[in-house]
Amino acid sequence: MSPAQVFRFALAGLAANKLRSALTTLGILIGVGSVILLVAVGNGSSQSVQNAISSLGANAITVLHTEGIAGSTTSTTAFAEPQNLTVQDAQALAQAQGVASVSPAVSTSETLSYGASSDSASLTGSYPSYFPAEDDTLSAGAYFTTQEVNTAQDVVVLGAEAASDLFGTANPVGKSVLVAGVPFTVVGVLATKGASGLSSADNTAVAPLTTVQDALTGFGTLNDVVVVTGSAALVDTVEGEVTSILDLRHHETAADADFEVLSASTLLSTASSTAHTFTVLLGAVAAISLLVGGIGITNIMLVTVTERTREIGIRKAIGATPGVILAQFLTEATLLSMIGGALGVLAGAIGTRFTIVGVKPVIVPLSIPLAFGVSALIGLFFGGFPANRAAGMRPADALRYE
Amino acid sequence: MTQPLPRHAAQPPVAEPPPVAEPPPVAGPPPVIRLVSVVKTYGTGEAAVQALRGVSLAVEERDYVAIVGASGSGKSTMMNIIGCLDVPSEGQFLIDGIDTSSLDEQQLAVVRNRKIGFVFQAFNLIPRMTALANVELPLSYAGLRAAERRRRAEAALRLAGLAERTQFQPKQLSGGQQQRVAVARALVTAPSLILADEPTGNLDTRASHELMEVFDRLNAAGRTIVLITHEADVAAHAKRVIGFQDGHIVADRRVAEPDALPPLLGQPAVPP
Repeated sequence: MSPAQVFRFALAGLAANKLRSALTTLGILIGVGSVILLVAVGNGSSQSVQNAISSLGANAITVLHTEGIAGSTTSTTAFAEPQNLTVQDAQALAQAQGVASVSPAVSTSETLSYGASSDSASLTGSYPSYFPAEDDTLSAGAYFTTQEVNTAQDVVVLGAEAASDLFGTANPVGKSVLVAGVPFTVVGVLATKGASGLSSADNTAVAPLTTVQDALTGFGTLNDVVVVTGSAALVDTVEGEVTSILDLRHHETAADADFEVLSASTLLSTASSTAHTFTVLLGAVAAISLLVGGIGITNIMLVTVTERTREIGIRKAIGATPGVILAQFLTEATLLSMIGGALGVLAGAIGTRFTIVGVKPVIVPLSIPLAFGVSALIGLFFGGFPANRAAGMRPADALRYE
Repeated sequence: MTQPLPRHAAQPPVAEPPPVAEPPPVAGPPPVIRLVSVVKTYGTGEAAVQALRGVSLAVEERDYVAIVGASGSGKSTMMNIIGCLDVPSEGQFLIDGIDTSSLDEQQLAVVRNRKIGFVFQAFNLIPRMTALANVELPLSYAGLRAAERRRRAEAALRLAGLAERTQFQPKQLSGGQQQRVAVARALVTAPSLILADEPTGNLDTRASHELMEVFDRLNAAGRTIVLITHEADVAAHAKRVIGFQDGHIVADRRVAEPDALPPLLGQPAVPP
């Protein structure tokens, strides 16, 4: 008996109960569609995180102050105590080749209040060069000036969210807000940047470095220094230079460094691995729904085999071998899952054209053949049990079945 | 799909007899059917029911046998065994001299396809397939090509007396017409044996008579026929009538020799 003939019998079998076939197909459709869609959402969100990181500025390098590796210093006293990251360090970095600007910064979390409304925001103290380094733009007012930094004026630039939390729709410029009880005059409001990762980049306030150190953090260590290079191509060289200058100033080796140098590319690799985990997790959830669809096929094929017991008996009585019966029911199951798979690919592809919970999904090309292939295999695997049962029936028993 | 039988490696659609385990020592061609002390038991232990209690029977080529008996007498059980739809619990069953106990499920399927044509009381056509497709089905399983299938199926339908309405589905046909389709399906592979389990049971008198005329003609043309019936006027068509009771053969009456013509061939219907 030719495969084409088996295929025709299988098609006729599926056509015999169109609604049931359609519902089973739907199960696989949802499974395959959600694998493609959820993987695309994971991929899309990872790309948007990467975009956000590269929007921090491809030519920005951040020097973070760290406490050093505390545990490793116990073996010997030869290691230097962790030193503070200072404005002098920042000034030394400014002398390096290829450096366009250096913005030393301290940061703290403070409660801002205006009248009855208050907001807990992250407060940064820095220089005006901090704004372009962070890709910030103004929506109202102006940045504070270097002059105001040098004279430690009580002025502040609010992030978009901090401004709306405190002032609603009113214009905050010129008003006075209390930062940890100290009155600051609002000179400017930043344009919205949107969420980056889990925290809002808009719930911020930026004031002159000197003022913040004076009033709030004290003159200890800086939290970080943002170094902007002349061009993106210089990032790697400057990163090395920054490291060697600071090593020299702090008399340190890589083993007990009390600072960490980060560029967009290092952040990117960290974020990518996080996003990858996220994508795999979403894919696993979708794969479970595909599995459930497969069990649906088993269920329906079992019902079909039971319902068509008599037909199986007739076919056997006129000479169908167990192999032919097996082939017919396996083909039916595989057809169901492959039709569902093909429609699922289509549904997934259409679904990714929409923005889902703020993420623009990006299809992972490999997910399409993979999901489709798995759905075809599911038909073979989950159809195998009912098909085998049909093939193994005694013709006399099958014919007696009502 | 059809696996060749071992050793003889029969090429479809040629019906090569499968290997004979032990050829019975008989002169001339072996009987088409030969049962030797066949016992069939359903269930086990205390619930065991013996449907056949040691039945021995031989049916010659060209014979026309009617099996009569009350329901539950075991005649249908024997028919299933003769049709290779079931296997005996004890004893031997040989078809064309082949011991069926030596065949596996695959080979039994080939025997059912090539050597046996089965007609059921409930017609047992496959729904949603046209009459022609139903008749072609055994040929599909034998691996014939589409053109050859169609030619032979149409010939079989003519022989069964249904030249028209071959593109209709079973539910669009009358009972008599459906049974003719079933008869055509049974004889399309040119089997050595046609088995009919109460073929007139679901038909009215006229359709019954027409169907029996078809069987008479087929037997006159050389087909071996075994049928089960309740009705005396149906049994009257046969050359040999076997009575069944409680799993035993209780009567065996020969009306005409196997080589003679069927006794009622060409006779008009008895008016109801």
